[in-house]
Amino acid sequence: MLKVSLYRYNPEVDQEPYMQEVELDTGGKDLMVLDVLELLKGSDPSLAYRRSCREGVCGSDGMNINGKNGLACVTPISEALKNGKGGNKLVLRPLPGLPVIRDLVIDMSLFYKQYEKIKPFLLNDTPAPAIERLQSPEERAKLDGLYECILCACCSTACPSFWWNPDRFIGPSGLLQAYRFLADSRDTATEERLSDLDDPFSVFRCHGIQNCVNVCPKGLNPTKAIGHIRNMLLSRAT
Amino acid sequence: MANIRTISFDGVIVGGGGAGMRAALQLAQSGYKTAVISKVFPTRSHTVSAQGGITCAIASSDPQDQWQWHMYDTVKGSDYIGDQEAIEYMCQVGPEAVYELDHMGMPFSRTEEGRIYQRPFGGQSKNFGEGGQAARTCAAADRTGHALLHTLYQGNLKNNTVFFNEWYATDLVKNEDGEVVGVIAICIETGEVVYVKSKATVFATGGAGRIYASTTNAHINTGDGVGMALRAGFPVQDIEMWQFHPTGIAGAGVLVTEGCRGEGGYLVNKDGERFMERYAPNAKDLAGRDVVARSMTLEILEGRGCGPNGDHVYLKLDHLGEEVLESRLPGICELSRTFAHADPVKEPVPVVPTCHYMMGGIPTNVNGQALTVDADGNDTVIPGLFACGEVACVSVHGANRLGGNSLLDLVVFGRSAGLYIEKSLREGIEMRDASEADIERAMSRLNKINNTTGGESVSALRTELQTIMQNHFGVFRRGDFMQEGIKKLAELRVRIDNAHLEDKSNAYNTARIEALELHNLFEVAEATAIAAEARTESRGAHAREDFTDRDDENWLCHSVYFPADKRVGKRAVNFTPKTREAFAPKIRTY
Repeated sequence: MLKVSLYRYNPEVDQEPYMQEVELDTGGKDLMVLDVLELLKGSDPSLAYRRSCREGVCGSDGMNINGKNGLACVTPISEALKNGKGGNKLVLRPLPGLPVIRDLVIDMSLFYKQYEKIKPFLLNDTPAPAIERLQSPEERAKLDGLYECILCACCSTACPSFWWNPDRFIGPSGLLQAYRFLADSRDTATEERLSDLDDPFSVFRCHGIQNCVNVCPKGLNPTKAIGHIRNMLLSRAT
Repeated sequence: MANIRTISFDGVIVGGGGAGMRAALQLAQSGYKTAVISKVFPTRSHTVSAQGGITCAIASSDPQDQWQWHMYDTVKGSDYIGDQEAIEYMCQVGPEAVYELDHMGMPFSRTEEGRIYQRPFGGQSKNFGEGGQAARTCAAADRTGHALLHTLYQGNLKNNTVFFNEWYATDLVKNEDGEVVGVIAICIETGEVVYVKSKATVFATGGAGRIYASTTNAHINTGDGVGMALRAGFPVQDIEMWQFHPTGIAGAGVLVTEGCRGEGGYLVNKDGERFMERYAPNAKDLAGRDVVARSMTLEILEGRGCGPNGDHVYLKLDHLGEEVLESRLPGICELSRTFAHADPVKEPVPVVPTCHYMMGGIPTNVNGQALTVDADGNDTVIPGLFACGEVACVSVHGANRLGGNSLLDLVVFGRSAGLYIEKSLREGIEMRDASEADIERAMSRLNKINNTTGGESVSALRTELQTIMQNHFGVFRRGDFMQEGIKKLAELRVRIDNAHLEDKSNAYNTARIEALELHNLFEVAEATAIAAEARTESRGAHAREDFTDRDDENWLCHSVYFPADKRVGKRAVNFTPKTREAFAPKIRTY
């Protein structure tokens, strides 16, 4: 039997959140954490969490798993238990730092707002050609490690700077996307993008703690991208 | 008394996947008041899972490539019940739609010339099947759907589309003239129910692979648009045609792209034999998906499957080398390691045919207008209702979709629906307002489920439904066995109608959403079952053991399922493309 400790909170019923202790027969299988949730929901339909693709590409089921942010659908129980917090018990909490709507579902509005702030779309003021805009494989390679972001918010909600200033610090996910467009040879708005970011909070609240790198389920490195933006901002100032 | 708030738009799109967001983008750019209702944040839609690419004759890989060759392949792939006018439109307009994606910023992989990288996919040929394998699928590594979906979401942000994210449409609102004038929708976060009034309602709700126990589809693929259309009395077309993708990871159901075979991977049985050479001597592993899926199933049934239970085959990739695998198929390496515990660099991936795509759906014309068939057998437009993407059956996929054609379908027909609605809005759309009784009628299902006091569990009923579909309506089908399945479904309908919603709370109540989704799954399943039993031939993905041949005399046509009397009728396939003569049906070999 697998012991599971679940964060529960239904604003219409509960005065405050609590941890619910349940047990589940996994049949000895090393299930994914999302499979555990699906089985639990079968017997208690009131349990709320987000899920969609169940293969780690849609970014719906980011949650705090035994103390570490990750995607439930690609985290096997065995790996979750290695996270260290909870011993032999699976401990599931919502991603930290943003308001909880219900159970494992958080309000991601601030996270999305920071994403929108960086103008996450290609800007190019030259007329589009009749075919694609040409881009060499080397130029395209600069987008690798950036465009794959799935907006799961595991990184930003693991970031102490984002916890402190979720309204003013763009956060690792948004900044990774900011650099994705700065690095795109087809984008012509570098100056505009940098000037939008040039304040004490948007970028410079990053203190290189690297929690983002540690938790990213896609293996991306927001800290490195932030470093590139920082350098662009600094060289622009001189 | 329908005491709910009304929100009005010029166009409302239900579904935030590729088709919905492409349609929304077109409308938003035109300045009309446009809203997208999506039950998940748009980038969580199932388009995000598309891997291999978007097929389109942009002539990057081969400068001689022509959209007519792509058209030929698609018609042949459809086993000749794809509408040739629609296929022609898709293949011809495709390049423009793909270039637009690049201009929006989609991070396609590139060739040395700086053009979009194209890879070979199944069912592709040069020179109308005479010139060997083509490489026509435009790719962003093996994350093309992710790249496309995020790009379209970004395009919509740029154009200020209004998003109702995590809102769920429950049913269509029809006025007294039978015209569609919007939908009832629930805000998942708060439980608020509103009437979203619109001059044009576009269904882009995607597929319904969750009717099967084993599927590559996301949890959210519950056929909501088909369910709503059938409940509103509108028919669906070719709904018996379900694609089983050859390479779902055994046990997990997770997809590995056909691009694996496009890049040179191949399938082997337990003897290590490359068995597709026997079934498709020319195209081998890149034959049509239906052909490959059936061949795999036969290998397994005849005792040549792999693993302790002999219930899958292997996809061999290691010979491609680590560099190719990590650069062209990085997502596949990740999925295989996570879900199959197999590292493709070193060992083969266990795969099995897995439900993947719904070729049928709401019949539409190339403008996305939903169609029904009148008593005299004539096509009739359903005023106010549009459909595009997987929920629609325009039909470009017929009895079997080619790999890479779904993403093209999304952008081409999302765009064309948007263009047509824009034109109609400019000319003026006049429809009578919904009365309170009309709104009340549309809310009746929701009201019923909110007032249940007993009944069975939604998740147990869903599992039962999926098991029936998996066992009775899979890769191979047989009349008596399907009839048995239909009987089981009839019995299940009563129980699903009376399913219990125990949790009546408002805030983020996913139990309510899943109960409503179950109704939609059931509607799709039942239509599939009845249409499958009715089509007494084998064509494309529909393979019958009791009718093993294609029957052009009786079934070179669409099936049309009418929900009111559960009747299956026939509708003519379009054989009149605009710019060339039609491709006549031939024996389909690869």
